[in-house]
This record gives sequence, structure tokens and C-alpha cells, in this order.
Amino acid sequence: MSTTAEPTEPTPPTPSSQLTSQTSPSARADSDHRRLVHAVNVTKAFHGTEVLKGIDMDVHKGEVVCLLGPSGSGKTTFLRCINQLETIDGGRIWVDDNLMGYVDKGGRLHRLHDKEIAAQRRDIGMVFQRFNLFPHMTALQNVMEGPVQVKGANKGQAKARAKELLDRVGLGDKHGAYPAQLSGGQQQRVAIARALAMDPKLMLFDEPTSALDPELVGEVLDVMKELAKAGMTMIVVTHEMSFARDVADRVVFMDAGVVVEEGPPSQCIDAPQHERTRRFLQRMRQDPKSV
Amino acid sequence: MSERTAAERPGRIDAVPVRHPLRWVAVAVIAVLVAMFLNMIFTNEAFNWSFVFEAMQQTPVLRGLWMGTVLVTALAMVVGISGGVILAVMRLSPNPVLSSVAWVFTWFFRSVPRLVLLTTMGALGILFQQGLSIGVPFGKQIMSLLGVDSSLTFLTLDANQIFAGIWGGVIGLGLSEAAYMAEIARAGIMSVDRGQAEAAEAIGMSRGQTMRRIVLPQAMRVIVPPTGNETIAMVKDTSLLIGLPLSNELFYQLSSIGSRTYQVFPAFVAAILFYLAITSIFMVGQYFLEKRFGRGFGQPSGAADGRIARLLGRSQQH
Repeated sequence: MSTTAEPTEPTPPTPSSQLTSQTSPSARADSDHRRLVHAVNVTKAFHGTEVLKGIDMDVHKGEVVCLLGPSGSGKTTFLRCINQLETIDGGRIWVDDNLMGYVDKGGRLHRLHDKEIAAQRRDIGMVFQRFNLFPHMTALQNVMEGPVQVKGANKGQAKARAKELLDRVGLGDKHGAYPAQLSGGQQQRVAIARALAMDPKLMLFDEPTSALDPELVGEVLDVMKELAKAGMTMIVVTHEMSFARDVADRVVFMDAGVVVEEGPPSQCIDAPQHERTRRFLQRMRQDPKSV
Repeated sequence: MSERTAAERPGRIDAVPVRHPLRWVAVAVIAVLVAMFLNMIFTNEAFNWSFVFEAMQQTPVLRGLWMGTVLVTALAMVVGISGGVILAVMRLSPNPVLSSVAWVFTWFFRSVPRLVLLTTMGALGILFQQGLSIGVPFGKQIMSLLGVDSSLTFLTLDANQIFAGIWGGVIGLGLSEAAYMAEIARAGIMSVDRGQAEAAEAIGMSRGQTMRRIVLPQAMRVIVPPTGNETIAMVKDTSLLIGLPLSNELFYQLSSIGSRTYQVFPAFVAAILFYLAITSIFMVGQYFLEKRFGRGFGQPSGAADGRIARLLGRSQQH
């Protein structure tokens, strides 16, 4: 951990990182053991268009954070940067004190190999808007795939655990069903079980209910609530205001690639400070489908 | 006007179906044509059926069928499919060296006609008159620089035997097939939703695992049907092996029997019957492969029956 030759010291610290902003990011990452995700000045551009303009965000162990904001605000991109489905252009992201995607050798960053990046992703579960279940495998095989192929788990044990997880998400009777035979809500619950099978420290949810018929949203949110109650650290990109209000410890409102406002839901949703947050929330109330 | 009761509500429909008189006309016309065709087949002396079946049972013909046609098809397709998948993965790789090598390979083998390729392969022995040596590259030059009289060669093979024999056929047809299979496999891989690879990577799978476990099995759905076509085309292209020249092959054997006995036409009919038989067997194999890789897609049951019906040309009615 070097304190010399610190590359591109990030811009203004967020309130949450103010306490320790005088030390290097590595030292900062070590300084708080309750912190699971530590993102500093994250920037990302697609074909010259900046979608993330210096995002700072900390997520503590056991915390549930909801990312809100209009579409195109960069919240999904930021989520995907955390488990490196997108590479970031600037800034740093640490998950559980591991710098994501790079290793710092004497002040110089070296890109990690694909295998090492794959290893970093093991501890991070991700749930996608469109489920992305493996269609050629049954629900049970979908859930077993990670433990067996990635962790080299014993097949019998992985199967028992997969059954347990499917029971937990309320799909005890669907072990042998292929994704095409399941409803959207059931598919999304299998996807949650698949992510949980890797025993992740952190769960990322990318608009998990946006592709669902309205009557199926509840069953997926219920599983997520259970998970939150069990102490899972979660970052959730969502448009479900009631879920954010009930479950989130903190909401982060993003717009045009920056964090506009963050705080407990009671403050951020019910008494927003910024004009942009207010406008967004008002539009959400009038017509939730418009954003 | 009487009161409407429940019994008067419209019930089961028993309507007169639409008549198709033209269909019956077509059936009649076709029936007459078929009868004329069968009549010709069985009465025209030129068919000489006893000769056809006798020719089909000759030992050199059966050996040619097995070695030159079936075996070369199978081996060339193994080379072609595995080579094609490797080339497709190379083509889609972010590594520019790999992707351009794959492109050049495809460009070369797609451009050269198979008969020309096989004829050239047969003459390739001229490049290696001392035989094909397996050893350290430039071994002779290196050792002479060091002042030692050795060539660092472990094994020397007769180039003519390799290129002009059955292996020449397998290599030539296999490499040519790989170029076509590469495009088929590439289309298959690209047909798999990008979200699948992302989901696999999100549970920590490496690129290789993602390709092997998630992408390729799904790509197979798209790859198998055109591969069936390629296999059937390959059965027919084994008749080009005479360009090598490899005479131990079905069509050459039958046509030489034909010219030797002045029974050219029946010999050709015998060849056609064999090609029909092999192709039919491969089509059944293709049906089972499609069923295997169709798991999880479409209707869970009944779909398979629909597919075999379509394969056999019947209409799908459930």
C-alpha cells in the first residue's frame, strides 16, 4: 500500500468519505471495516458521451441502497461498473477492500487478467432486468451452475443447496422447469436464487421488476425484502418508490451522470432538497411508466 | 315470438367445410405422372435393375462406399466442425492477430473450388520430395550453424502417401469445410443474447467456461440445421475425391464398373440409390441432434413430433 505517487486524486469528497479524505484511497479503503463498496470519482463514457461524471458512493455491510433517477441518468451503468460488466474510465471502485479490475504495483495500476476479474465477481451477485436465465438448463441446473463450474463444488451438495434456495424463493415445485415454462416473476426469483448460490457478499439488482407484468412485481419484491431482512448488502436500481421507502436504508438520486441527492428515504423521497429530485418524483407519481 | 331459453343459445358448430375441387384435380394429375414414371422405371430396359443391384453389391463398390464416402464424410466433418468452431471463436476474439488469421483462412478456403483444392492437394507431394519431417523448425539450418550434422528431425513421412491418400481427402475437404462452418458457427454464437454471457460472467465464470457451458450449447440450436445441410453436401462432395486422385470411393467405383461393362446408366442409378440412402440416414441423425439442442426452447412436448413431421414433409396439425 503506497502513499506516494497517487494517480489522479479524485474530486470533492462526498459527505460519507469526508472523515478520511486526507489519506490515500487504499488507506481509506482499509480504514472502515464496515464499508463494503467504496467508489470514488467514477467516470465512464460511451463513444465520447459521458454517462458517469465522477460518482462517489459508499455502501456499508448490511445496508440496502436504492439508486433512483430518470432513465439515462447512469444508475444502471454505475451498477454494471461495480462488477465490471463495464470498465470504468476514471476513479476507483473497491469492493470489500479489493480494487476492482486493477492491482496497484508501486503507484502504477496494472490491469487484471480475465481470470482474476472473474474471481473478483464471484462475491458479487447480480440480478438483471431481463432475468438472463440460461434457457437450456432447468431452474435447478441454473442455480447449480455457478457453484459447480466456478467453485468446483460437489454436485450432490450443490444440488441440495440449490433446492434449498429455490424453496426459499418460493419455487419448491419448479425445480425441473425450464425458464420458458416459468412466468417472469418466477424466472426472476430463480435468477435471485442463482445469484445467492455463490454466497455473495453483495447483491446488485438492475431494475429487477421493470420487465414484469404489474401483478408479478410483488412476488419478486417480497423475496428482495426477505433478503434485506436477512442482512444482505444490496444495491438496487429501481423505479419502485414504495420498495425504496419501505426497505432502503438510504436512497441515492442520480441524474445526468452525477449524484444529485442522497439520504434516508424519509428525507430524499418525502422531502427532497433539490429541484431535479422533486421534478422526477412528481413525474413518477403522475405516470410511473414515463420514466 | 317464442321466449329465448338456454337451450336456444348457439351450440356446437356443425358446418359444411370449404370444398377444394382444385386439390382433387392436382391429385389426379400427379397420380397420372407418378404412374407414368413408375411405368418407365419398371418397364424401360435401360434401367436393367438386376444389374443395378448386382453392381451395388460389388466388393470394391462397398469398400468405396464405406472408406471414400462414409468415412471421409465423417472425418472431414469432424475436422470441419471443430475447425469451424475454433475459427469462429478466433474471428470474434478481441485479439486482432487471431481474428485476422481466421479471416484469411476463411477467405482462402472459401475461394478455392473443392475439386481444384483436392487436385492441388494430390500434387502437394512435390513440395516435400524428401518427405514430411516432424522436428524442430529450421532444425537443419540451426544445427549446421552449430557445426553439427543433424536435422533435429524425429519422424519423416512420405508426403505423396499422405496427400494423395484418404488423409489428403480428409484434410482437403475438412479444411474447406472449416471455412464454411466458421461462418455458420459465428452466426450461431452471435445469435445468443449478449445477456447470457453477462449472466455467466456475473456468477464468476471465465470466458472459456462462458463459451463452453452457456454460449455454445445455445448457439448449437442455430448451428445444427445448416450443419446438417453441410454434412449432406459433404457426402456428395466425396465424389470429387477422384481429383486427388483417390479411386477408393463410391461414384468412381460404380462409374468404372459402368464403363467396363457398357452399362453406364444402371451404374449411375446404383450410385444415386446409395446417395439417397446415406442422406436419409444423416437426416434422421440431424432430427435427434436438433431435439437434443432444442431443450428449453419452444413447447415442452409435442414440438418434437411437429419437427419430425416437418422433416418428413407432413403438415403440422395438432
